[in-house]
Amino acid sequence: MVDPTEQSSVSDTSGPLAQRSGGVHTLRESNSALYRWLSSIPPSYAVFACVLLLLPAVSSSFVLSQIFSWGLILGMIGLSLMFLGGYGGMVSLSQMSVAGLAGYMLAILGSSAITDISVGWPWWLAVPVAIIIATLFCTVIGLLAVRTEGIYTIMITLAIAAAFFYFTRQNYVLFNGFSGFNGIKPPVLLGINWKNPVPFYYLTLFWATVAYLSVLYVSRAPFGLALQGVRDNSRRMAALGFSVTAHRVAAFSFAGFIAAVGGILLVWLNGQISPGTIGINPAIDILIIAIVGGLRRPIGPFIGALIYVILRTFALDILTSMGLAGERFQLLIGLGFLVIVLWSPDGVLGLWDKWRSRVTLRDPWNRALGKSAITSANKSPSISADTDKPL
Amino acid sequence: MAVFIWAIFAPWPKEFVNIFGKKKVFLSALFNGITLGGLYFLVASGFTLIFGLMKNVNLAHGSLYLLGGYIGYEVADATGWWLLSFVVAFIVVGFVGVLLQYFVFRRMEGEDLRQTLVTIGISIVLADLMLWIWGGDYYQILAPDWLSGPAQLPLISAVKSDGTAVYLKYPIVRLVIFIASVALGILMWLVLNKTRVGMFVRAGVDDREMLSATGVNVQRIFILVFAFGAGLAGMAGVVGGTFQSMAPGEDTRFLLASLVVVIVGGMGSIPGAALGALLIGLAEQFGSVYFPTYAVVLTFLIMVVVIAFRPQGLVSSTN
Repeated sequence: MVDPTEQSSVSDTSGPLAQRSGGVHTLRESNSALYRWLSSIPPSYAVFACVLLLLPAVSSSFVLSQIFSWGLILGMIGLSLMFLGGYGGMVSLSQMSVAGLAGYMLAILGSSAITDISVGWPWWLAVPVAIIIATLFCTVIGLLAVRTEGIYTIMITLAIAAAFFYFTRQNYVLFNGFSGFNGIKPPVLLGINWKNPVPFYYLTLFWATVAYLSVLYVSRAPFGLALQGVRDNSRRMAALGFSVTAHRVAAFSFAGFIAAVGGILLVWLNGQISPGTIGINPAIDILIIAIVGGLRRPIGPFIGALIYVILRTFALDILTSMGLAGERFQLLIGLGFLVIVLWSPDGVLGLWDKWRSRVTLRDPWNRALGKSAITSANKSPSISADTDKPL
Repeated sequence: MAVFIWAIFAPWPKEFVNIFGKKKVFLSALFNGITLGGLYFLVASGFTLIFGLMKNVNLAHGSLYLLGGYIGYEVADATGWWLLSFVVAFIVVGFVGVLLQYFVFRRMEGEDLRQTLVTIGISIVLADLMLWIWGGDYYQILAPDWLSGPAQLPLISAVKSDGTAVYLKYPIVRLVIFIASVALGILMWLVLNKTRVGMFVRAGVDDREMLSATGVNVQRIFILVFAFGAGLAGMAGVVGGTFQSMAPGEDTRFLLASLVVVIVGGMGSIPGAALGALLIGLAEQFGSVYFPTYAVVLTFLIMVVVIAFRPQGLVSSTN
């Protein structure tokens, strides 16, 4: 599923782009360019994409919406945390609040069953405005959080997430308090009702892919490289003339945008939003998803989210088969999380890397290669990323 | 300041009442805020002490608070001794703290992100175990007879139409608990500043390696401080269970409160925790009286303002 030679997926886009900028080109040329582009995709990626695209043909609509769509959405919100934590070295627990604010704004500006509060804007206006507001919110969180470092960032973002949760629960004028909003529907567009499981799955798949590729792209763009430099040694980057604060705040904005899109999709999937959606437990669940999947690569949160939704959906069966009451789900999640954090700080991806390097090491031909893979794995950011601390 | 003192002691003229409501409401908000601040101080001082000395981030602190409350309830329920429940909660939760330090934190010194994640995991597990044992009901610890009932304070809350003054009545148990937490704060200050162990602790805060180089067993001091900080959280649980109630969810509420208190007051500083606790307690109570739907925002605004202008907290312990 995960290919270590991910670099090719970025460099391969240069093929058709270069062709297009070349001016006049015949159909044959563009065909060959398309062929070259397609053949440059690693086979594992192609297989993976085919599986994702053909999934609706084989799975029931329950599995499609309750496992895959939900998993992709949680994966997107987890991805925004992964981007901040993995590339920026700032673990933010308020990403669920950002997603929640986007959902709330969609419910308030668009239409919902709470007609007293909902303004009733059409979706093409409400959705962008909701995303913009949530992105701004995340930027403000970033402005606050970057004034501190490391562990303080976690504490402040946790405090912000909790404050937002209590605020939405207490405020009835705007957020409709405890009960929140329900009856929020995705639009009917191009003759397709996007509420139906299959179209909605493709919608989430599309946005999740866009988010994944954009994180991949940004992580290799100059901005992303500078951000990783800031993560590894902010003083040196400042001495080189980079604005540490600006990079960090911009990272928050970018992550906020991804979380906001995820939040819109989440509200469409559930049809409702309430303080329970954005509470402290959901915020920590997002952290668990990102950590269990692994903070090192953007695919991690999606793997973590898939594990999480499968556990969540089938926890009742698993627990009763173990002779425990079904409501001990949190115990299962907590213990699983502890095991991962204590024994594999890089999450499931870390286990995968270890297994891979062991396999390549066993082969004497690849021994030299495998060694270099291990050292590069050790260098990449892990949970114990050594950010420089103020003395 | 003078206006504030006048507002506390003098009977209010009519115009004042028209603007701010009854003086009784103001006074009880003030007292509730101060006593709530006392409770927050008990919880947050353990948190800040552990962070200040060991740089250990214990996000399971709220769980320790709730655990102490439940244990105190069981002891008070079984024996009928309210004071005994404090001792038992302190010892049991302190022991949990020793286990945490010995098995978890000692293995990941300096890896603060990993500590955070592990303690989040522990708090999820503990929260669910407590939900399993005690269920989702509300529990309240009953204060003994000699502490129940109100006390009359020499503060005039209103003047009747015939000219006689009505004095403020306030629950004794809250006053006693507040006085006890102030006493505990002074005691902690004295121990930290006047005794040998306190000297070791302060030296450890400043330079851990140097302290261990002089032959002090740093690990033992760490375990001692962790046990004390956790025990304080447990004791605070009994206090909270007496004048509020315990239910699932209180653990995150008090974790959040101690986070905000130490962020406002300054990480690792006991006087900072006291100041922060008082501020947050007052803000919460006055907020819930005068602008109910935005009370949380007031607390949050204080935090934002402090982060924006003094990221190291109002009373910063280290440079």
